[in-house]
Amino acid sequence: MSYQVDTNNLPICLAENATVAEVETALSRGRRTLEDFAALVSPVAASPVYLEWMAQESQRLTLKHFGRVIRLFAPLYLSNECVNVCRYCGFSRDNPIQRVTLNVEQVLAEARHLQREGFRHLLLVAGEHPRLVSAKYLEECVQRLHSDWSSISLEVGPLETAEYEPIVRAGAEGLVIYQETYDREVYRSLHPKGPKKDYDWRLDTPERAYAAGFKRLGVGVLLGLAPWRADVVRLADHIRYLLRTCWKAQITVSIPRLRPAAGGFEALVPVTDRDLVQLVCALRLVFPEVGIVLSTRERSALRDGLVRVGITMMSAGSRTEPGGYTGQGIRRIGSEGEHAAEQFEIADGRSSFEVATALAAMGYEPVWKDWDAVLNE
Amino acid sequence: MSSLRIAGREFRSRLIMGTGKFASGEIMAAALAASGCEMVTVALRRVDLSKKGDRFANILSYIDLSRYVLLPNTSGARTAEEACRLARLGREATQSSWLKLEIHPDPRYLLPDAVETLKAAEILVKEGFTVLPYIHADPVLAKRLEDVGCATVMPLGSPIGSARGIETKASIEIIIEQATVPVVVDAGLGAPSDAAEAMEMGADAVLVNTAVATAADPVRMAAAFRAAVDAGRSAYEIGLVPKRREAQATSPLTGFLNDG
Repeated sequence: MSYQVDTNNLPICLAENATVAEVETALSRGRRTLEDFAALVSPVAASPVYLEWMAQESQRLTLKHFGRVIRLFAPLYLSNECVNVCRYCGFSRDNPIQRVTLNVEQVLAEARHLQREGFRHLLLVAGEHPRLVSAKYLEECVQRLHSDWSSISLEVGPLETAEYEPIVRAGAEGLVIYQETYDREVYRSLHPKGPKKDYDWRLDTPERAYAAGFKRLGVGVLLGLAPWRADVVRLADHIRYLLRTCWKAQITVSIPRLRPAAGGFEALVPVTDRDLVQLVCALRLVFPEVGIVLSTRERSALRDGLVRVGITMMSAGSRTEPGGYTGQGIRRIGSEGEHAAEQFEIADGRSSFEVATALAAMGYEPVWKDWDAVLNE
Repeated sequence: MSSLRIAGREFRSRLIMGTGKFASGEIMAAALAASGCEMVTVALRRVDLSKKGDRFANILSYIDLSRYVLLPNTSGARTAEEACRLARLGREATQSSWLKLEIHPDPRYLLPDAVETLKAAEILVKEGFTVLPYIHADPVLAKRLEDVGCATVMPLGSPIGSARGIETKASIEIIIEQATVPVVVDAGLGAPSDAAEAMEMGADAVLVNTAVATAADPVRMAAAFRAAVDAGRSAYEIGLVPKRREAQATSPLTGFLNDG
């Protein structure tokens, strides 16, 4: 049995219309429910008094479960080739950007650069391209990187369980797959062409990955595509389901906001900083043991603020174009240099060292190594 | 106060400290010193197992190995096989054959897998490790682990990091009653009073981490746990007076009968 979004039975109305009483019930409960989550992301819960209360409780729970530490990781973009048309993504097939897929030697060179920066947890990212970014290619990348990296995760186009299995055996620990939006109608309109059109195939991916032996599963939504309150209730329901069915996996959640990218897509639904803080708090209050990931999409002041509230994993000093760390790929291309080959624009431009220093100054230990390759053999 | 013996080694302190969740290596080192502990556990997944002197995985550089017995742990392992692999690499990298065996396949509550733990313990004892297994408060499992040669048993009070105190009291009492190896109450001790309670029950030692590491002042909290462990152990050795339902006057009316 695989996960189904049962929109009719989800507390989506509550997320828009919760009352003061419902918010207070959610705040006061011990182990919180999906209904509590909906109340906690509602407009009423965004009032300054409730939000501050939620932030303090979120901080308390995060410290208790994760301690005063932030796990650092680096994304390594393998390829910006993509067979999908996604209206919001810089890698979308119809964007006139120059395409690059790193060969394995180039991948290793990028990885060595990140090693020197201190990173020991690596996230391999690529557009969806069955021929150029094949399962075999991913397996080879993981195999060659495995002995030098404590943890390797992938964020690539969905594959079959049987295709994932050799990648896991090669040493991959985690698989990240965002549904982008759980709103079926919006999903359909944003993904007009390519295999990504298939909403259910994507939705089933974490379970296929778990069946193949991945130990860490990342899920999330891209904020800005659909009305966010309803979308995150569906996300929370998916997390709840995965916690029960994929019980041996560490579940992490990511809530990136749409950033400027090639194609010039504008967010359909704005998500404010305040909304983002509310969402991080609600996730933490309902899922105290779930890792919350924050990328360099957000600017440094907000990132630092969110660390105190409930983030547990961060990237730093990231480049979102293939070859971006060593200049082996292409940095700025396209007509008159206006289009970038990156997936999205970085908002926190600090180096990994600067981020680590800032974390220490805030009283958090930046943890570079919190896993070991021997656990993935 | 009597000393503690584990695998032929003597310890004056009955407090074992964990090293996770601290805000920095310096704060951790200061808290360890304040706790008076003589044994510290470190997650091998945070240690440089490559032996390349990785300065980005340098948690051991904050632990004075002339002062503390290093107890590497296998946190992160989900099967006996993973735990054994990690243990072997850890022994090479740290030169310590002491091992806190932790196998928790469920990353949410970090509850130990009894089947895999017993399997791994049997293998690792044969390979010469001094094995201290983290277990549920299961008296039969505790005996089975003793039988295969574990140096202690480490039943949990409540889930790791939960600060819920000793929720497994009745079972831990049975484990203590039946044990021929030291019993270390591990996990869930949120307050010094929880540690004192474990010691008053007759536990041989306690292991504490989150309650110290995430306290507003970890150094003072470490000292508070130290005092509580000492107080609890002393009380246990002296023998607590039994609890009674009614009040009992401190100058009983029949005292004169014993005069002259």
